[in-house]
Amino acid sequence: MTTTANERAGAAIDVRELRKSFGSNEVLKGIDFHVSNGQVVCVIGPSGSGKSTLLRCVNMLEAPTSGQIFVEGDEITDPDADVDALRSRIGMVFQQFNLFPHMTVLRNLTIAQEKVRGRSRSEAVEVARRNLAKVGLADREDAYPAHLSGGQQQRVAIARALSMDPDMMLFDEPTSALDPELVGDVLAVMKELATEGMTMMVVTHEMGFAREAGDKLVFMDDGVIVEEGDPREVLADPKHERTRAFLSKVL
Amino acid sequence: MALSPRKRAARNRYIQYAVLAVIVLVIAFGANWGELHRAFWDWDIVKAQFPDVITTALKWTIIYTACGFVFGLALGLVLALMRLSSVGPYRWIATGIVELFRGLPALVVFLFLGVGFPLAFPGREIPGGNVGTVTLALGLVGGAYMAETIRAGIQAVPKGQLEAARSLGMSHTRAMRSVVLPQALRIVLPPLTNELILLTKDSSLVYILGLSIDQYELTKWGREGMNSYANLTPMVVIGLCYLLITVPLSIVVRRMEASAGRAR
Ligand SMILES: Nc1ncnc2c1ncn2[C@@H]1O[C@H](COP(=O)(O)OP(=O)(O)OP(=O)(O)O)[C@@H](O)[C@H]1O
Ligand SMILES: [Mg+2]
Repeated sequence: MTTTANERAGAAIDVRELRKSFGSNEVLKGIDFHVSNGQVVCVIGPSGSGKSTLLRCVNMLEAPTSGQIFVEGDEITDPDADVDALRSRIGMVFQQFNLFPHMTVLRNLTIAQEKVRGRSRSEAVEVARRNLAKVGLADREDAYPAHLSGGQQQRVAIARALSMDPDMMLFDEPTSALDPELVGDVLAVMKELATEGMTMMVVTHEMGFAREAGDKLVFMDDGVIVEEGDPREVLADPKHERTRAFLSKVL
Repeated sequence: MALSPRKRAARNRYIQYAVLAVIVLVIAFGANWGELHRAFWDWDIVKAQFPDVITTALKWTIIYTACGFVFGLALGLVLALMRLSSVGPYRWIATGIVELFRGLPALVVFLFLGVGFPLAFPGREIPGGNVGTVTLALGLVGGAYMAETIRAGIQAVPKGQLEAARSLGMSHTRAMRSVVLPQALRIVLPPLTNELILLTKDSSLVYILGLSIDQYELTKWGREGMNSYANLTPMVVIGLCYLLITVPLSIVVRRMEASAGRAR
């Protein structure tokens, strides 16, 4: 118990006894795990196992039914917590990109900086341009999202999240909606982030990414964590029958 | 008789042209053109209408409609947000108001406000006189319809938009204002313009309130002219004035719908 507490003391994300039901359908059945600072944690599991729900609970897009979640020691599930402020420290990237279609790429990146962070227009633009360059889209700042390919849109979405200078990033199947030839560009950006030491929690089907960039692999099934460990070990030698069955289907 | 589909389509087209030609001929030869001309388009009466039909009647129709529309739009937005609220009583109140004013004929609303209000609150009056009463009545009727349109528009914005905005730390209010509502308004602009066309015509009900001659809008103007000349020409003139407002609006709506169709 004490060792766990010590190990968890500096955790970026700490999830305790998390349960979530939609009506009578219990989707998360007591999830316990943490992400340390600078760690890249990949979450895999069959469709409907609760991966997205877990990720969305971490920044309270879904309100947990019970349990606690700490973000850098602050309890985001506390009824008195300033959820908006905590969320602004957690970047999130969605499967469907969710760029704001009525704004240019640049405005997509600056609006929250100005309205949430209170940065001046010029400061926000400077940060935005730096992040666009980072994802390789410096020349597209005046484009509207509809005029970009899926891969470009997802990289803009990553740049938008990064422009808030978040302490950690959540990714929900960021490449699942992309044509195969566009997946590589997005994964490259994510790998670069990982090597820079960004704390990341990534729901993905890209086992290659998990093996290369992941520090920890979590396998979920039916609302519980079945197995977690070093990605290379779990992928090469799964301990549980359910993990083995799942991996044999996707690998 | 086994016609190929293409031949059958061609035959149907010929039949439609033939029917149209018959109707045109019947009207052309059957109507009493001299009488029509005298009753509907007496040039002397037409000339006598100008310029006052524009500077008074058209002007007031536009003022009444614009005031009602602006108030209705604001009311519709508030009602739409109330209907989407997580607070039950807000939803119920908004639903009640929407159902009430959508269900009542505009004439009845005008009567309640214009005649009923002074009776119910003796000595008090609705601020702004007639303009205030029209604004309120047209706004309530239009707002009830616009509330439903706006609500549907807000719900047509994908849920991911609000979630993306919230995940960046925006408050609910900020996310609605900067992200959801601008997209919703773009969706509902064509139906709202249609509502404006309907309100333009409903503004004629203002006659219930009893207007002084310098406040006549188009329909009242036309009826008074019709009575004093015993001729329908003033009605034709004001009819054309209505079309002067509504046809350009219709064209704008069609343009917007076409460009929205292209963007998809
Ligand atoms: N808003 C909701 N309302 C009701 N049920 C929901 C809701 N969101 C998710 N669920 C249910 O919760 C379960 C888990 O969903 P979740 O999206 O977390 O799965 P997932 O592991 O991300 O699956 P996938 O790989 O298909 O994305 C599913 O059975 C789903 O139907
Ligand atoms: Mg999912």
